[in-house]
Amino acid sequence: MADHPQRPGHERPLSPHLSIYRWQVTMLASITHRATGIALAVGTLVLAWWLVSISNGPEGYESFMAVAATPIGLVILFGFAWSLAFHMLNGIRHLAWDMGYGFSKVTATQTGSLVYVLSLLIAVAVFAFVWTGHGGYLQ
Amino acid sequence: MSTPLHKVQGLGAAHSGTGHFWRQRITAVALVPLGLWFTYAILGLIGTNEVAILSFLAQPLNALLMAAFAATMLYHMSLGLQVVVDDYIHGTGTKIFCLLLIRFMMIATMVTCIFALIRIAAST
Repeated sequence: MADHPQRPGHERPLSPHLSIYRWQVTMLASITHRATGIALAVGTLVLAWWLVSISNGPEGYESFMAVAATPIGLVILFGFAWSLAFHMLNGIRHLAWDMGYGFSKVTATQTGSLVYVLSLLIAVAVFAFVWTGHGGYLQ
Repeated sequence: MSTPLHKVQGLGAAHSGTGHFWRQRITAVALVPLGLWFTYAILGLIGTNEVAILSFLAQPLNALLMAAFAATMLYHMSLGLQVVVDDYIHGTGTKIFCLLLIRFMMIATMVTCIFALIRIAAST
């Protein structure tokens, strides 16, 4: 911050100007994409912890499950499930943009809302799937 | 009159051209099927015991897919976190420190995941 050659002593305005713009779906989706990405970065540590706990045998796995199965653990796991669903769906939206599709104002807003709805539905569906006893089919 | 060197090289402000952008997209595309497989695997393993998880992850194809998912996601993660640092961290020293930290974390987590998978494969 100290090395702005243009006007010493004057803070240059920094993006994002959240206090200036009216909130819109597209900007919210963009911010959420970044936030879920950072959350999933923490998720990679949990994935590593899960794999290490399994490699440590039955006691190791139980120590992981003892934490994961707590109410807070389940809330965090739901957060990861939703983050992964959101980041993947919105990532596909970004890839479509990269190929030149879906850039119109209306389309970008609609797909943004769609990503929120679908990602929440997927996260709830995944938890309902497990809750109703349909998980564990790989035994 | 001569063209400035940075224009000739076409590397832009990041000094690394479009390599970062392109790698972020390649890993993103790869993570769609890998992420779907990961979801299928996790849902299939929830509610089982550690024996079932061990024997699933000890199968070569599953071990490879899990390693590919972890490695690709971690690389994608380091590229993404680098953009966050590029956007918000402006001091050169802090920036280099953050970027080093991200890369070390990526390598450490990647090595940990792969080592755990090797131990799992060797244990059965």
